[in-house]
Amino acid sequence: MKAFLILEDGTVFSGISIGSGREIISEIVFNTSMTGYLEVLTDPSYAGQAVVMTYPLIGNYGICYEDIESERPWPDGYIVRELSRISGNFRSENTIQHFLEEHDIPGISGIDTRALTKILREKGTMNGMITTNEDYKIEEILPKLAKYSTGKVVERVTCREKYVLEGDGARVALLDLGIKRNIARSLNRRGCEVTVYPAFTKAEEIIASRPDGIMLSNGPGDPKECTEIIEEIKKLYRTDIPIFAICLGHQLMALANGADTYKMKYGHRGGNHPVKDLQTGRVYISSQNHGYVVDTERLDESVAVPAFVNVNDGTNEGLRYTEKNIFTVQFHPEACPGPLDSGYLFDRFLNMMEVN
Amino acid sequence: MPKNPAIKKVLVLGSGPIVIGQAAEFDYAGTQACRSLKEEGIEVVLLNSNPATIMTDKDIADKVYIEPLTMEVVEQLILKERPDSVLPTLGGQAGLNLAMELEEAGFLKEQGVRLIGTTAQTIKKAEDRLEFKSTMEQIGEPVAASLVVESVEDGVAFAEKIGYPVVLRPAYTLGGSGGGIAGCYEELVEILENGLRLSRVGQVLVERCIAGWKEIEYEVMRDSMGNCITVCNMENLDPVGVHTGDSIVVAPSQTLGDKEYQMLRRSAVNIISALGITGGCNVQYALHPNSFEYCVIEVNPRVSRSSALASKATGYPIAKVAAKIALGYTLDEIKNAITGKTYASFEPMLDYCVVKIPRLPFDKFISAKRTLTTQMKATGEVMSICDNFEGALMKAIRSLEQHVDSLMSYDFTALDIDGLKKQLRVVDDRRIWVIAEAIRKGITYEEIHEITKIDIWFLDKIAILTEMERALQTQELTTELLKEAKRMEFPDHVVARLTGKAEEEIKQMRYENGITAVYKMVDTCAAEFAAETPYYYSVFGGENEAERTNGRKKVLVLGSGPIRIGQGIEFDFCSVHCTWAFAKEGFETIIVNNNPETVSTDFDIADKLYFEPLTPEDVESIVRIEKPDGAVVQFGGQTAIKLTEALLKMGVPILGTSAENVDAAEDRELFDGILETCGIPRPAGHTVFTAEEAKHAANELGYPVLVRPSYVLGGQGMQIAISDEDVDEFIGIINRIAQEHPILVDKYLAGKEIEVDAVCDGEDILIPGIMEHIERAGIHSGDSISVYPAQSLDDAVKATIVEYTKRLARSLHVIGMINIQFVVCRQEVYVIEVNPRSSRTVPYISKVTGIPIVPLAAKVILGHKLKELGYSTGLAPEADYIAVKMPVFSFEKIRGADISLGPEMKSTGECLGIAKTFNEALYKAFLGAGIRLPKYKNMIMTVKDADKEEAVEIGRRFEALGYKIYATGSTAKALNAGGVHAVRINKVEQESPNLLDLILGHEIDLVIDTPSQGVDHSRDGFLIRRNAIETGVNVLTAMDTARALVTSLENTDSKKLTLLDIAAVS
Repeated sequence: MKAFLILEDGTVFSGISIGSGREIISEIVFNTSMTGYLEVLTDPSYAGQAVVMTYPLIGNYGICYEDIESERPWPDGYIVRELSRISGNFRSENTIQHFLEEHDIPGISGIDTRALTKILREKGTMNGMITTNEDYKIEEILPKLAKYSTGKVVERVTCREKYVLEGDGARVALLDLGIKRNIARSLNRRGCEVTVYPAFTKAEEIIASRPDGIMLSNGPGDPKECTEIIEEIKKLYRTDIPIFAICLGHQLMALANGADTYKMKYGHRGGNHPVKDLQTGRVYISSQNHGYVVDTERLDESVAVPAFVNVNDGTNEGLRYTEKNIFTVQFHPEACPGPLDSGYLFDRFLNMMEVN
Repeated sequence: MPKNPAIKKVLVLGSGPIVIGQAAEFDYAGTQACRSLKEEGIEVVLLNSNPATIMTDKDIADKVYIEPLTMEVVEQLILKERPDSVLPTLGGQAGLNLAMELEEAGFLKEQGVRLIGTTAQTIKKAEDRLEFKSTMEQIGEPVAASLVVESVEDGVAFAEKIGYPVVLRPAYTLGGSGGGIAGCYEELVEILENGLRLSRVGQVLVERCIAGWKEIEYEVMRDSMGNCITVCNMENLDPVGVHTGDSIVVAPSQTLGDKEYQMLRRSAVNIISALGITGGCNVQYALHPNSFEYCVIEVNPRVSRSSALASKATGYPIAKVAAKIALGYTLDEIKNAITGKTYASFEPMLDYCVVKIPRLPFDKFISAKRTLTTQMKATGEVMSICDNFEGALMKAIRSLEQHVDSLMSYDFTALDIDGLKKQLRVVDDRRIWVIAEAIRKGITYEEIHEITKIDIWFLDKIAILTEMERALQTQELTTELLKEAKRMEFPDHVVARLTGKAEEEIKQMRYENGITAVYKMVDTCAAEFAAETPYYYSVFGGENEAERTNGRKKVLVLGSGPIRIGQGIEFDFCSVHCTWAFAKEGFETIIVNNNPETVSTDFDIADKLYFEPLTPEDVESIVRIEKPDGAVVQFGGQTAIKLTEALLKMGVPILGTSAENVDAAEDRELFDGILETCGIPRPAGHTVFTAEEAKHAANELGYPVLVRPSYVLGGQGMQIAISDEDVDEFIGIINRIAQEHPILVDKYLAGKEIEVDAVCDGEDILIPGIMEHIERAGIHSGDSISVYPAQSLDDAVKATIVEYTKRLARSLHVIGMINIQFVVCRQEVYVIEVNPRSSRTVPYISKVTGIPIVPLAAKVILGHKLKELGYSTGLAPEADYIAVKMPVFSFEKIRGADISLGPEMKSTGECLGIAKTFNEALYKAFLGAGIRLPKYKNMIMTVKDADKEEAVEIGRRFEALGYKIYATGSTAKALNAGGVHAVRINKVEQESPNLLDLILGHEIDLVIDTPSQGVDHSRDGFLIRRNAIETGVNVLTAMDTARALVTSLENTDSKKLTLLDIAAVS
């Protein structure tokens, strides 16, 4: 079946429908990872977005369920150059086609994903529609596209009830803003007992559980829309509990402390972004998935100072809170997909908890 | 960390002559690194014995020494030039070994010279088997378990511990004989008992068998701060068991999930950190196909063939960055030259698929075993880029120039299911063709995988290609079907063949339906950032990114494709210099080539690079976009010349010598006419088409005769026949190598062979120098020792050569380069071959005369006259030193290849000896070629009857040098009769001790074995030569070479070599 991708600027790509035949409108973003398509698909940070994979051959090793990062795929749509018709890996239990169909996620293949990526790079992230309707009326669609926004997506992706991953070590309260499983796993693997809380848990409840440390996870959407959560984070900040935050959590902590965030032209999504640890001068290759970034211009230096910076474009990649036992990063030390280079940050967090 | 200010003058070590396993990739790396160093204001002193390289150009380094890569030379050079640092990591294994020797001798410390790019400790940790193993154990990286055992009991105990199957390798046996793979106890005992008996020292290595595992490589960079990045990973289609240089390789890996990918990436980063490498490094892994278990196979602590491939596959200039790191920079301080925006501290992301296929020399070595093993045999490789695997594979196949254009090119249709299953077990260069046929005949992926261990993802891709073949054969050719076939890169002529239409019809249908190639950019970042370097590959479907540029005049330079015997790195030298020369003249330059090892495919050589196959259709697609003002074909060897006609049809003017005149030189009838008008003699000969005609011609001319196909390079298929039987056999061989052109039969003249390269502007010619071969005619010019200036010609003969060259160049209306080979026989000069193009000797003669031949030719092509360019015409004045070009062979790598020299070229590379005297130059040339004598002062002579007289003279001279000579029956008799003491030794088939025992005894310096002309039917000679080569004994098969060697040994003392800076020659 034919499918079409219609962009806000009027560009139309015609390809083949994959997954569900449903029509969707979403924000179109690109990811440059060459492996890890399943981790990308199941990353809750993609809620409210449709993902283009810039690597053209997708599905080569099938679906290995132990690699999923949450219970389901989150993107509204999936855009690829070519899907493999078989999978060449011993762990594969499903094909990507079936996986998308099972979860009713529509997609399009057979389009020039490089040309699409270049449009997004030049004009910035934009909205688009995936449809199988050959009689689409572009003049009716474009206004609808302009209107779309991802909205408050954290509530869609966060867990409904708190749960615990048992461990003998430090007790960590992990606020699920759209968590990738490997964040919890990275702590748990280091012996931590991890309690995962829904995003809208009150700070008091978390503080009352007397955790050794608190982690704020990654998550989808515009950080400024998370006003209620920011209020709770302010309360967490006021305690002396060590806090480590990743991605959306990092942005919310910054917003809670008077900094600003803004939407980047096309964001950072991939597994090859160099970040520099300003304390050591070392550069690490990191996994990233964010469209918004902390503006350090309005950051009060007595509150927090940059801890990491992106080597490519100089944007902020992490903050160290001067008066507090808190550090936050924009990138993903939990990897999955992507390089494992910055996994040492979990050790740093463990160390913080121990010292405390 | 910024540059270390103490580094001001750096000695860069090159890799020496091109041999199998160490080839053009080091010229690419070295050239890039030298330019990168010069960019930083560093004074670069270069040492490399290989004159065919671009890196040994005076434009690339400040001081250039084309001298043997030995300890003595490096020490002398350091004393002479006083560099503060030595950079050895760009010169392959040769460079590293030299660095190690220097360090161990304490010389560097003594002289206060630092090693940069690596440390002796690092080299030792990576290269020393035991140290490497223990380092890996320390950091918890697994290597295949192994143990040397001296008894069956120990072997069994170890095998039970590590689990079957195990590989058994007896120590010190010839070519690994007595080894094998044991899958169970019984097999182990049987092989081990035998192996222990065969091993000279009674030792067998028992190793965990990892054959059949996935073979994966990572290219890693690390700086002095400890920052690490991986440039790229690559997956071999051929599982472990085939050398990676002989494997089909794809980048990035295709069948690994992120978990496997990151696990191995992490390991590679750990390894480079543990070894403390600053620069580039290559780590090879075996990954179990059904688990996360892996083993480190090998680490190369330097740039390598794989790093060249990774650079071209991703656009990330590894050698350039490695050189900057060696100076002290960190990755985040080095700009990414492709994007101009980002830094070297990132990891390239590909949005395409890259396929590399090795170029194997079995068309040259017909008797050689085609089997691929852990010993590399490929002389070169091709790479292709596409947005799908099928397309990349199809493009790579046709880039090989081995008469293959699809998965139908090797015909296995005659095999039934059982036959195919049997054939699938044979691991050779035709394996993917066998798989394709197996799939066509319905053998399942599982069965094929079971036999070959090739991942089913690759098998499915091959299946998709066979399905397309079938669709084209059976279905109506709709636009949709054609579009899909083109997406997979089926060439028009293959589509035509399968659909029963004409190629022109297919092309028409494509144009009418807008199915044309578009070009995408290699930008290191999957389009995330705008890139500044136009480096393109084609795909069908999508948006075209290669914009036609206007303004400057535009020239298309056609490269020479994969490196093969007969067409080597010399032609890349010519293509690159031609490109630079045109750029200097204000042209926009466009290179088309498909060889990832070369300088020409570096991203900043031409204004635009198209990484594409060199076939008419692929070139036409580029021409349609670029509309060049002209194309240059005379620098890209036969590959480019073959495209002349097609270019003319596309309406692209050929710059320089016209196509008709190229034809006239190659067409026997036309050429004979020209020679007659010019009054130039050539050996009598005839053009024939059948064996009968050939025999008739041969008998009329009188044996010996030279038989060869027309239109070939490197004397492919050329042989000297002494009888009708020979002619029959040769014609048979010639017809096997897909000959469409006539066959030439010439009278063979055993004279002196002379070679000349000249530049002609239509009126005047410039001959930089006359080269004379040490070996008499009959041995291919590429395999002969060549001396400049010619030593034994008198002025009259030289004048004749100059005159003939002028007449020929004029009558062929040569504008640019011409190469002529002459035979001088009894003062009479005959022409034997004319090539109206650049030749193999151009880089060498340019360097030793200081005349920039290629740039001159390029200027002449653009209409300048030699006189106005400030050069004298005719023969340039002779230099006041002597240069000897020595061929270098890779015979030990190719089992079963006959090493005896003849009219068909067999050498893979060359080195140079240059000095004030002939003897010193000769000595240096032998030294550079790795012939370091004397050692044991024992030698063997076994020569054909015609050579017996000369054998006495040569034997006497070796005897005077203290050599003990062993000889077979008749040779011994002749030597003894001539007063040379020779010990008679039994022939191979006679009882021990015989010749073979002597050779295998490891105390022989040299074997002189001259096979009789014609087909050498003696199994004896072949066995002697093969065994000698495989045990590392020098073998000479021509008396002239032997005489040259003894002359050099009589005259020189390695301690007193004089070193010459080539860059100062002008």
